[in-house]
Amino acid sequence: MYVEMKNIYKKYGDFLASDNVSFGVEKGKLVALLGPSGSGKTTLLRMIAGLETPNSGDIYIDGKRVNDIPAAKRGIGFVFQNYALFRYMTVYDNIAFGLELQKMPKKEIKKRVTELLEMTGLSGMEKRYPNQLSGGQRQRVAFARALAPKPQVLLLDEPFAAIDAKVRTELRTWLKEMVEKLGITSIFVTHDQDEAVEVADEIIITNHGTIEQMGTPLEIYKTPDTPFVAQFIGHSSVVEEYDRLKGFERIENADRAVIRPEFIKISKSGNLNRYMSAAEEGVVTDVVFRGNRMDVTVNINGIEVVGERSLEKDLIEVGETVHVLIYRLYIFDDHKTYLMENGEMQEEDVFYI
Amino acid sequence: MSEQQKMEKSKKRTKICLITITVAFLVLMLVVPLVSVLASSLREGFGFYIQAITTEYVRSALKVTILATVIAVLINTFFGICAAWLLTRFSFKGKQVLATLIDIPFSISPVIVGLAYLMTFGRLGWFYPVIRAFNQFFGTNIRITFAIPGVVLATVFVTFPYVSREIIPVLNAEGKDEEEAAALMGAGGFTIFRKITLPQMKWSLIYGIILCTARALGEFGAVNALSKTRGETFTLPLEIDALYMSGTETSITAAFAVSSILVIIALIILFARNFIEHRYKNKN
Repeated sequence: MYVEMKNIYKKYGDFLASDNVSFGVEKGKLVALLGPSGSGKTTLLRMIAGLETPNSGDIYIDGKRVNDIPAAKRGIGFVFQNYALFRYMTVYDNIAFGLELQKMPKKEIKKRVTELLEMTGLSGMEKRYPNQLSGGQRQRVAFARALAPKPQVLLLDEPFAAIDAKVRTELRTWLKEMVEKLGITSIFVTHDQDEAVEVADEIIITNHGTIEQMGTPLEIYKTPDTPFVAQFIGHSSVVEEYDRLKGFERIENADRAVIRPEFIKISKSGNLNRYMSAAEEGVVTDVVFRGNRMDVTVNINGIEVVGERSLEKDLIEVGETVHVLIYRLYIFDDHKTYLMENGEMQEEDVFYI
Repeated sequence: MSEQQKMEKSKKRTKICLITITVAFLVLMLVVPLVSVLASSLREGFGFYIQAITTEYVRSALKVTILATVIAVLINTFFGICAAWLLTRFSFKGKQVLATLIDIPFSISPVIVGLAYLMTFGRLGWFYPVIRAFNQFFGTNIRITFAIPGVVLATVFVTFPYVSREIIPVLNAEGKDEEEAAALMGAGGFTIFRKITLPQMKWSLIYGIILCTARALGEFGAVNALSKTRGETFTLPLEIDALYMSGTETSITAAFAVSSILVIIALIILFARNFIEHRYKNKN
């Protein structure tokens, strides 16, 4: 493990920001710390950087315990949430700042800054001030500034939060490519699951100061360890009385189920021609246009589930009665996650074959 | 007439109304009195004017005023930056109390400040034994009340919130992200201050210093309580008062002549500030 946190506790007054957190990041990986706001993800990042000190626990970088090493000596590049560019310095001076502090000769500084400007596509902008740049350009300057002293680890705090949606996608790809090319171990904080899934090699999901799960985006999606993870990734519905749904039985001690939108098929009444016996009847309570699809909320005897519906299909309206097929759901007890398939559908399968 | 036109018209009316009120108020309260000071100062002719502002008393008063102002501005700039930095970049118990204490000179009448210093450093004051012991030990003859140190102290006290109060909102608004970023790259406290914090607060600092200077030049109440010797410890405002109070026609004109010095200094300072600010804005 290149960057490692061991049994980290961090308290702010009564607020427990990190509750016995341990994780490791391999060299060269791009890892996302994903969680809702207040889950302690930024605190973890700031502790790795040395901007905060844990109350207890150890932090290792490249096998060396860095708890007592000041932030500036940890070999870290940090991209702040709003970039924190020095607004009274030009782009050039911003990038050169860290190098000047290291007393690097002027000539070498110039060479390195020019190199970084080229790499980030900012050549020709060196004389501009941060307020003369677009959001995307500012992020690139922040990135170049963080990379200038050739850090071993790059930390990014919500790197895309301040950028408008269209440029954001472009920058995500750019960042991923850049980090891969440089092979620098990187950790970024985000609350946006799409961002984490798209950019990161591995995702660490935080909640209430603890780590819920760590794994590749696919692992996290396919085998969520906890109800929280299952809900957090994807727009899922949480159902407590899942045994009231057709085809699903109660499992001892498991009192919660999570249904992903892609586990559900919503059909207009009468349009369903297979699995009739497995389908539930429900009333549409909400339809939200999401740009490329509709999110449809259906009330099935008091249980609300959300499914997606393609725009190609006939429109469904609020108040309409529809048929809902639930293929499978995640069920959680204290220790395990079960993926339960709809029993009725399997039986019919057998019957038809 | 459409709704929009109506709205435009009513907006225009409000604007004209507000301009009229503001200009009328400023002319009545500010321009007319200032012009009358300048006009009155020249009532007895230019020769008299020059004579009035070059008497020994006035020259001494000008010296004391400038001395007190320079010292007060230096001390308060340093103190103001420290206080503002402390209050915006650190959290500690009693921060609110400290912030309130700094504002006290804004709310207390300067005369009370003068009297308080008199009771602290005067012959009956708590500190008098300390001063006497000091003088005996070193063979010096330092006096605070009714002497230049008292005048300086009073001026410092009355003007000490000006610099910090101007900087604090700016430092709060700018946040400490940039400083944190610089620290993370290995910058020490002084480098951070010089390269990051100082540029952020430069303009508010200059403005604070100007306000502080203007206030120090014009201080009357506190200094009045601590300064009783004309031609020795009198500042310009005290000299003006003395001239005016002596009541002869020429001395009243002389009072106006001396006043005009303060008015002119104030105007120069203001224009200098606007000039600097204007140039700075054009640059960016």
